[in-house]
Amino acid sequence: MNRNQVSRLVVPRSGRGVWLVSLSAAAMAFLAVFALALSVSAARLAQNWQAALSQTATVRISAPPEEMVEQTAIVLDVLRTTPGITDAREMTDDEQAGLLEAWLGPDLPLDALPLPRLIDVTETTDGPDRQGLRLRLSAEAPGAVYDDHTRWRRPLADGAARLRQLANLSLMLIGSVMAVIVMLASSASLASNAQVIRVLRLVGAQDRFIAQAFVRRMTLRATLGAAAGSALGAIAMLFLPDPAMGSDTLSGMGFQGAGWLLPATLPVITALLAWASAKATALGVLKGVT
Amino acid sequence: MIAFQNVAHDYGGGALFSNATLSLEKGSFHFLTGPSGAGKSTFLKLCYGELLPTSGSVNLLGQDITAMSRDDLARTRQRIGIVHQDCQFLDHLSVAQNVALPLSVTGRAVSDDNLTDLLAWVGLAGQTRALPPTLSGGERQRTALARAIIASPEVLLADEPTGNLDWDMSQRLVSLMIELNRMGTAVLIATHDMNLIRFVKTQVSARVLRIARGEVQTAGADL
Repeated sequence: MNRNQVSRLVVPRSGRGVWLVSLSAAAMAFLAVFALALSVSAARLAQNWQAALSQTATVRISAPPEEMVEQTAIVLDVLRTTPGITDAREMTDDEQAGLLEAWLGPDLPLDALPLPRLIDVTETTDGPDRQGLRLRLSAEAPGAVYDDHTRWRRPLADGAARLRQLANLSLMLIGSVMAVIVMLASSASLASNAQVIRVLRLVGAQDRFIAQAFVRRMTLRATLGAAAGSALGAIAMLFLPDPAMGSDTLSGMGFQGAGWLLPATLPVITALLAWASAKATALGVLKGVT
Repeated sequence: MIAFQNVAHDYGGGALFSNATLSLEKGSFHFLTGPSGAGKSTFLKLCYGELLPTSGSVNLLGQDITAMSRDDLARTRQRIGIVHQDCQFLDHLSVAQNVALPLSVTGRAVSDDNLTDLLAWVGLAGQTRALPPTLSGGERQRTALARAIIASPEVLLADEPTGNLDWDMSQRLVSLMIELNRMGTAVLIATHDMNLIRFVKTQVSARVLRIARGEVQTAGADL
């Protein structure tokens, strides 16, 4: 037997801790897959919402019917000559009816309602001088209000960011719990193998070698457990609605494309985490054992 | 090899022995005798650093044992063969794997031929794959001795290594220790067996240390 083979063999395979670490790692990895999916989905939602609402604005013109056409023309003229605006287009009646359909139902008699006129504006990346534009509009078309969607965009972006923070916090908690489990299991394993440590010390084994034997065993068990848990988590994710089918929170939950590789990183991260926590524990415990 | 300078040790309930000053030189052969509970096992444990002296100093292979780090001590133990009275093993490994441990844990090559010869010499040729819990007391002692000497140690410390063996096997094992001693290994054996001491003294020049009434003395040459 060479040194590596001995390192693999010196710690007995039996003991109550054998399944504890693997099972815990599997459960933690399973949960981590969902937390990871939530984190990725939240980022994607935030990006989608941001993309959908940024560089767009709406001008709402509330004017008496006899002034509506004139004010609309003035506003369009102002917008088309304002730096930072690439396009300004008056929304059709059908488009406005479409916007109201969700609240007021189909076949809306627009003519019978005193609705404002809406102008869809596309901004450049830097956007216009909004303060100056608002002043100019209020001077030339008193019924026009420039809405750059900030009041919509900010809560949505904030909500998505919070969701992502929550998911990341969950991942950190899962990682911390996993590290604690490995530490406790390593500690228990070292305590229940006092004779192994005594014999190894008797024959001249250094702490590093003894620690490595325990760390190797813990890391292997945690990695195998995490691999199984990640695989099960990924399979479970397949049963969620396809994220490509919608952009709302629920149907947007999940991985897309290369994102499916993310669960595969969990066993690697678990291995690193288990290795570091088991090593720190083993060396600490061995320091206290004469 | 091992030097005690005014060494005392107590377990908190009074001194087990005190003011012990002696030196075990390269190639020397010593026996350690004394009544049960006199401190023979404690003396041996002080020799290889499992216990530290309450006062005085123990120099092990050129280093003060109290100043050694755990890694220093481990490296030093790689040069020492130890036979414990209770013969502890890794119970899930075979006899052959246990015997080879001192070499394998330190990355030294294990020659299958040497291992086979050694196990045959100590009468364990048929037990190489056996697990330690299945061995008799005598077989455990022989396994422990084989493990202690496989790495050709500079010092061999043995605590009652023939306690469970018949006279023929005891002679056989002690002859092995005598061979090692002739090659330069310092040997210290704690034993009650006067016949064994007399047998060895017919083969090599051996000194007898006796622990009694809290002192380590050199016993008379008439044993």
